[in-house]
Amino acid sequence: MDLSFTPEQQQFRADVREWIQSAMPPEIKRKAEQWQHYTHDDTMAWHRILHKQGWVAPHWPKEYGGTGWDAARQFIFNEELIRANAPQIPPFAIYMVGPLLVEYGSPEQKERFLPKMLSGEEYWCQGYSEPNAGSDLANVQAKAELQGDHFIVNGQKTWTSHGQYADWIFCLLRTDASGKKQEGISFVLVDLKNTPGVKVVPFITTGGMPSFCDTYFEDAKVPKENLVGPLNGGWTVAKALLGHERIAISGIAETERMIRWLKRQASETRVNGHRLIDEPSFRAKIARLEMRLKPLRISQLRTLASLQAGKSPGPESSILKLRGTELQQNAFELAMELMGHNSISWFNDDAVPPAQFMVPSMHNYLRAATIYGGSNEIQKNVIAKRILGLPG
Amino acid sequence: MDFKLTETQEMLADSVRQFVRKESPVSRMRALREDERGWDPAMWKRFGEQGWIGILYPEELGGFGGSMVDLMVVLEQLGTTLVPEPMIESAVLGGLPVLYAGNDAQKSRLLEPMIAGQTSLALALTEAETRYHVNLVAMEARRDGDKWILNGEKRFVPNGQAADHIVVVARTSGKPGDAGGLSLIVVPRDAGGLEIKNLKGMDGRRYANLGFSNVAVASENLLGEEGRALHIVERVLDQAAAAACCEGSGIAQTLLLMTVEYLNTRQQFGVPIGSFQALQHRAVDMFVEVELCKSAAILAAVDADADDPLLRQASVSTAKAQLASGGTYVSHQATQLHGGIGVTDEHDLGLYFKRMHVLNTLFGDERHHTERFASLGCFEKEPGERVEVAEPSA
Repeated sequence: MDLSFTPEQQQFRADVREWIQSAMPPEIKRKAEQWQHYTHDDTMAWHRILHKQGWVAPHWPKEYGGTGWDAARQFIFNEELIRANAPQIPPFAIYMVGPLLVEYGSPEQKERFLPKMLSGEEYWCQGYSEPNAGSDLANVQAKAELQGDHFIVNGQKTWTSHGQYADWIFCLLRTDASGKKQEGISFVLVDLKNTPGVKVVPFITTGGMPSFCDTYFEDAKVPKENLVGPLNGGWTVAKALLGHERIAISGIAETERMIRWLKRQASETRVNGHRLIDEPSFRAKIARLEMRLKPLRISQLRTLASLQAGKSPGPESSILKLRGTELQQNAFELAMELMGHNSISWFNDDAVPPAQFMVPSMHNYLRAATIYGGSNEIQKNVIAKRILGLPG
Repeated sequence: MDFKLTETQEMLADSVRQFVRKESPVSRMRALREDERGWDPAMWKRFGEQGWIGILYPEELGGFGGSMVDLMVVLEQLGTTLVPEPMIESAVLGGLPVLYAGNDAQKSRLLEPMIAGQTSLALALTEAETRYHVNLVAMEARRDGDKWILNGEKRFVPNGQAADHIVVVARTSGKPGDAGGLSLIVVPRDAGGLEIKNLKGMDGRRYANLGFSNVAVASENLLGEEGRALHIVERVLDQAAAAACCEGSGIAQTLLLMTVEYLNTRQQFGVPIGSFQALQHRAVDMFVEVELCKSAAILAAVDADADDPLLRQASVSTAKAQLASGGTYVSHQATQLHGGIGVTDEHDLGLYFKRMHVLNTLFGDERHHTERFASLGCFEKEPGERVEVAEPSA
């Protein structure tokens, strides 16, 4: 057994690390160093830089604009982006609908959509959840009726992340209400900007930011060729995505980054004449968080090693999201404790050190980490049945 | 990066798995709880014949020349049926100080018979005031002509009740708290003035309190350099802690299997209780900890052999704390999900529960390892930044 990356992989990491530092424009670099919030424009600027380098979608097949990197290189690249605090490329196009189109899309759909996902010219959002279809996703009610060459779409989607910026939305829509819930769903792409009857309304989360939208459809006409996969076959298409991102969604690299933040901030924060990091009880809390993360990272590396060997990940991969998101939240709870009174500050310029400015908002927003991507309770239901073999 | 067992390791795991199922089911350990020695010399001999005792020892001593990962494979399996022979107590704790500090004659005399399963060893370290800190050892050994004279007490010495030779950590200079001044001295169990008090452990194994009153041994019973034992003992303790993580991982896996089986078979309200979501989620929480214990055992086993003491200490402390928190969680929840039967002595579950507590306590508990991790020189450094480590002086 060997826990270390190969010399080639370590060199790749060093190269990527160096490239990121040289490629970040000064304004993004400043924000990265000060833990500042990135605007949508910042994110898209970074997207274009990655695209120019050919690195915006490392995991895509090479013929569609991917890198041809193996699983380990993709993993290292992603870790380095997070480590550098670079703007996070939203997953909707690059990690979600893009790979689905590669697998299920028609040649015309691939040609029409994939290049503009890569270039960032078209921005995407996800239309799965509805007011009455959350954990019970198969219960989607927003419907698409086929009339001639078009679907007529009616209903509401919610939790549409970044909907206000998006040009396109990929939706699960009810196309047949007669049989089993899962069997009457279709996967449909909708042009948000040019379809009359579509309305996107952002709403504010407890993080204080318009992170999500409600998306309304009222007799919206959508061309039939925007159907991906077979009619009523949308559930299968969507399911291929679940589990795709077990490695990334766990937030392990993000929590490693946050532990570095905690140590640095705790050594710069003075309480009662000493550095907070020298207070044994607080130091132990940081230590314990780091110690809880390390075995999880080994589990993550075990998963990676399976992928690298071309095998499907073992049961250890199913715990990554569960425990990873809990630790992500724990890290921000500790950050809030570290900040003391600063933690009640709500977007006040110059009231708290720059590196602390976004923490209260992120702390609140990340309560969603154990909810999104399949709530942790749903994950437990699945593990109980599929892995432990408990009665359904 | 490679998490695959080698072909040899797979074969080793298989042979231990089959051996313990056939030759050492839990009932055997249950019966040996009543035995003064706590384990069976005939079985130990068979371990020797199988080559398991010598895994960490070089071939010229009759060993296997293996790594802690090889030993992990064995210990994980031994944990599944609570095999009571002193693998950690003798093959790791008692023998490794001799391997690291002893001269050729000492190694040959003390290790060869142990590796063959004819004798066993023990490390006498813990005292009333030491808790888990080696440098707090107070027991003194003083030189008197060509002899060492030992006086003092050691507590809860694993395998102290049975060991043919006891490796004693004693202070030959300085005072408790000093890094220097600790030495390793081998004392045969029949030495005059050595009183061995047999103690029962919660796990059904035996331990011993040792009283030394003017115990005299020959000066050549000193292992290695006088006064420089600290780093050797700390290294051995880390290896023992890693070994505990491996055995503990096997125990945690077994507790989960037993619990899932119980949830699938025990009927209440006309259905298997495993159909209740509250219990399913509890079982999944156990599964998460079991997987983390497995990863922790790998981390500890690989890094226990590391040359860099900081890497070794950081990884072993991390893993031991995972066993202490996660392993305890698993054993507690296993008991809860078994209901009343889980707290009876009749049910095997409690035997695993108790061994888990002992493994969590020996070689440092969660509190100790958290504190040690937080005080490592690398704690405030960026990953990869260099840290100097000082050698203790004699």
